[in-house]
Amino acid sequence: MFDYQFLIEVLIGGLLSGVMYSLVAIGFVLIYKTSGVLNFAQGAMLLFAALTFVSLVERGTPFAAALAATLAIMIVLGIAVERTVLRPLVNQPPITLFMATLGLSYVIEGAAQLLWGTQVHGLDIGISDTPFDVAGVLISRLDLFAAAVAGGLVALFALFFRYTRTGLSFRAVADDQFAALAVGLRLPRVWGAVWAVAGIVALVGGLSWGARLGVQFSLSLVVLKALPVLVLGGFDSIAGAIVGGLLVGAIEKLAEVYVGPFFGGGIEVWAAYVVALGFLLIRPSGLFGQKLVERV
Amino acid sequence: MALLASTKTNRPTAETLWIGIGIVVAYGVVPLAGSDYLLDAVLTPFLVLALAAVGLNVLTGYAGQVSLGSAAFLAVGAYAAYNLHLRVPGLPLLVDVVLAGGIAAAIGIVFGLPSLRLRGFYLAVSTLAAQFFVQWALTKFGWFSNDNPSGVIDAPVLRIGSVSFATAAERYVFSLTIVVVLTLLTLRLLRSQSGRNFIAVRDHEIAAKVIGVPLLRTKLLAFGISSFLIGVAGVLWAFAYLRTVEPAGFNLDRSFQILFIIIIGGLASLRGSFIGAAFIVVFPLLLSRIGAAVLGRVFDSGVLEMSQHIVIGALIIVFLIAEPRGLIALWDRAWSALRPARRPAIPT
Repeated sequence: MFDYQFLIEVLIGGLLSGVMYSLVAIGFVLIYKTSGVLNFAQGAMLLFAALTFVSLVERGTPFAAALAATLAIMIVLGIAVERTVLRPLVNQPPITLFMATLGLSYVIEGAAQLLWGTQVHGLDIGISDTPFDVAGVLISRLDLFAAAVAGGLVALFALFFRYTRTGLSFRAVADDQFAALAVGLRLPRVWGAVWAVAGIVALVGGLSWGARLGVQFSLSLVVLKALPVLVLGGFDSIAGAIVGGLLVGAIEKLAEVYVGPFFGGGIEVWAAYVVALGFLLIRPSGLFGQKLVERV
Repeated sequence: MALLASTKTNRPTAETLWIGIGIVVAYGVVPLAGSDYLLDAVLTPFLVLALAAVGLNVLTGYAGQVSLGSAAFLAVGAYAAYNLHLRVPGLPLLVDVVLAGGIAAAIGIVFGLPSLRLRGFYLAVSTLAAQFFVQWALTKFGWFSNDNPSGVIDAPVLRIGSVSFATAAERYVFSLTIVVVLTLLTLRLLRSQSGRNFIAVRDHEIAAKVIGVPLLRTKLLAFGISSFLIGVAGVLWAFAYLRTVEPAGFNLDRSFQILFIIIIGGLASLRGSFIGAAFIVVFPLLLSRIGAAVLGRVFDSGVLEMSQHIVIGALIIVFLIAEPRGLIALWDRAWSALRPARRPAIPT
């Protein structure tokens, strides 16, 4: 007899953790869309944000003040990255920029741990990780909270992109850099702002992931979970990041529970990649990604 | 033409003289004069990483396909050679090495198949699949490591015929020979039609297709050759350098390390692969010495690791900004400032 209730529980658990992947993936999409850079350092920024916040709280800073301080630091970091790394590399091939962010991730990771130490910090954001019961299906409170935060963030972004001047300039730059430049948008300023926003997303992601895993080095590895999400959803679509995240979350958990036993378990680490790969062979630019038209 | 050819072969140029001196030093002086520490902890890993970097350079530097899964092919090479040695006892060691490279090449071609449809970042991400899958498979299935609980393998003593390569100096000579032979063969390949096809595909895929470069064959050849070289480097890593390896040693950081070697050394430059490898091997040793001398006891291993990360990361960025062609470009500039020399048609 097939246990449907268990299936639903696994599915919901997967979808909710998928939302957490989306939280990370959104940071990538923002930067990719506006500047064409695949920012590998997003994971390191996540770690940096969470570590800074936890360390401030542990040193006796009130919750709200620590949050504000970390927010400010992430914004400064984003602008500094644009100034020191991206601006000198403008007009370089995308793969050069990617490698630069790889170097950047080493710098940020190293700096975060050199500053705040390498020990594991617990992070309590006031929501207990106890599951509750909905019609016999167990759901984690923390996951639900993270999902709500992610949902709120996406709604906020939608409004921001739609109704603010900065949001409009983001969309213009994402649509066509040269045209945006021609009508007088200052690209470096827009990029600085996007990196700052990505820093804020990293903070939100870092806190939700930190609450679940504890704040430690492995937090920066979350980036590896976000990559198949991006591949599935397309690098330049926020909607894709959400749908991709949900898909990856669900596939990973279902594969681990129903397929994993045949291989001795632990297939979570690559299942998402294999599915993403198979999917790419059918649609080379993801679900919602823009199709590239190349000219000779 | 005949006259031209004969003057070319008969007159020993400065270049061949330098190569001759290099070979004499590498084979004659270093194994005799070098301490075991120098040979074991510096020169052998330098040679192995240089070979792996040559392999990745064929794929990324010449053919333009970015791979983030190099460590997977190191692992495939190492474990394939171990199993061939264990399960096919009659086989000579050199055959093991070549077959292990062949197995790595076959797996490389399988993971290279997506490159026919995917470009750029999508491809780079898909090569991560190789990284995670191989590491998982080697840990999960005991067969690969002869049922060692944590997947650790102990390499046998290197032996060709009745000659064994057991001491540090002997293992160095063994690695040196394989690395030199494979590098020369790669150089040959890169100067052939296939090598030019790689560059055409890298510079403009559609244009290459239009002028009649077979994309399928060229890309898969690049993946195959690259994985072969990295696989053989993996055999040396396990058999000549560490002698005891586990799957966890072939993690993503190792892949990045090899990628960093070719960025710092110089993309699309075989000499750059060697300079980059030398830098990556020597630099942490230098940093720990300097750190210990300057900061004293504050500089423990944790701080060392973090500051290594920071400095390597910063160097990558600095190189990409200031000298995208890497250390080899600095070297060439310094060299031509000292004495103007002819440039080869295709710099290698």
